[in-house]
Amino acid sequence: MDLINIAIKGIFVENMIFAYFLGMCSYLAVSKTVKTATGLGAAVIFVLAVTVPVNWLLENYILKEGALSWMGEEYASLDLSFLSFIMFIAVVAAIVQLVEMLVEKFAPALYGALGIFLPLIAVNCSILGAALFMQERQYSTITEATVFATSSGIGWFIAIVAIAAIREKIKYSHVPAPLKGLGITFIITGLMGIAFMSFSGISF
Amino acid sequence: MSEKVKEPLFSKKNKKLITDPLSENNPVTVQVLGICSALAITVSIEQAVVMSLSVLFVVATGNVVVSLMRNLIPDRIRIIVQLVAAASLVIIVNEVLKAYLPDMAEKLSVFVGLIITNCILMGRYEAFAMANKPWPSFLDGIGNSLGYGWILVVVSIFRELFGTGKLFGVQIMGDAVEGTGAYSVGYMNNNLIILAPFALFCVAIVIWVQRSINKNLIEH
Repeated sequence: MDLINIAIKGIFVENMIFAYFLGMCSYLAVSKTVKTATGLGAAVIFVLAVTVPVNWLLENYILKEGALSWMGEEYASLDLSFLSFIMFIAVVAAIVQLVEMLVEKFAPALYGALGIFLPLIAVNCSILGAALFMQERQYSTITEATVFATSSGIGWFIAIVAIAAIREKIKYSHVPAPLKGLGITFIITGLMGIAFMSFSGISF
Repeated sequence: MSEKVKEPLFSKKNKKLITDPLSENNPVTVQVLGICSALAITVSIEQAVVMSLSVLFVVATGNVVVSLMRNLIPDRIRIIVQLVAAASLVIIVNEVLKAYLPDMAEKLSVFVGLIITNCILMGRYEAFAMANKPWPSFLDGIGNSLGYGWILVVVSIFRELFGTGKLFGVQIMGDAVEGTGAYSVGYMNNNLIILAPFALFCVAIVIWVQRSINKNLIEH
């Protein structure tokens, strides 16, 4: 039951976009059409689901205070957690590179459509953010961390696909000129955020 | 025999590096970078100021570092080199904050770490520092982080004032319990403004105002 709870929290209640604004830059930039949004969303789910467990292992067996005790008594008191930023981002960058090569090989059309935003997943804050939340919330098993990461990814996916669908339609509406594009997208995101807030309080 | 004319430190071109990002080419409202933190930490002015200063430090020094190394970095691994430079600087900021402003470090929580993935950083390293000398890069870093900072401060003034009736943590709208000051004429704290989605509306309003004044920025 705990896992379902984590999943629901990740997808709806603590949605990466609507509750924490993580990954906003690519969310705003790639949400012009549903097709590219779906591609990027799927890539983000994948990267999250791989990087967070890897970072969980790093955190628990290398970085955390006392995590190095498997190497012997004399290492048991070491606390390397100040290194976590650099370790986490290195893992993220490496895995994004991997994803980039895979997408280029197996889905060249998508690769072309995503362009610069594929490598930029490395600097998508939702990825590093999830790793840091994982560290802060101290998930006790790797399964919990994986479920958390995947569900945050799904939440992000839902958010970007939904906004892309709305933006495709809004092209035909009369928006005040200075609000066109970026401004109205912010406002819609805010409204969706309010809608998603109604999920808070749900738990199983 | 042409003697190389030394460019003055604050030549017209260099001044433009600082003034341009403040409005015309603002990182937040025009280039749409660094939005995440701009929204999440604007609940109080104090947080916004600390965050802006941290970003200022990381972007300006990082720009200088990347610019100094620009001829040594192999093209293929430049993103990772830039990320490592950013991450090391952010570790410094994080440790300093933890040591001297522990409350603030607690409030900013993961968002200090997320400076690493703040797109302004990577944007500036990649687009400017990789192609320019250290001094212009430094100015460019300062300019961009100021452009980022003022948006944060404006949004946070709005949110803190109408959300809690305070500015810089000082109650200025009167006392809510005793009903003095603005509260005596029926003013009430708008708790909605503290909530996350309202940051989006605030930024949208800033964009609206800015684009109404500067018509060049309107999207078609």
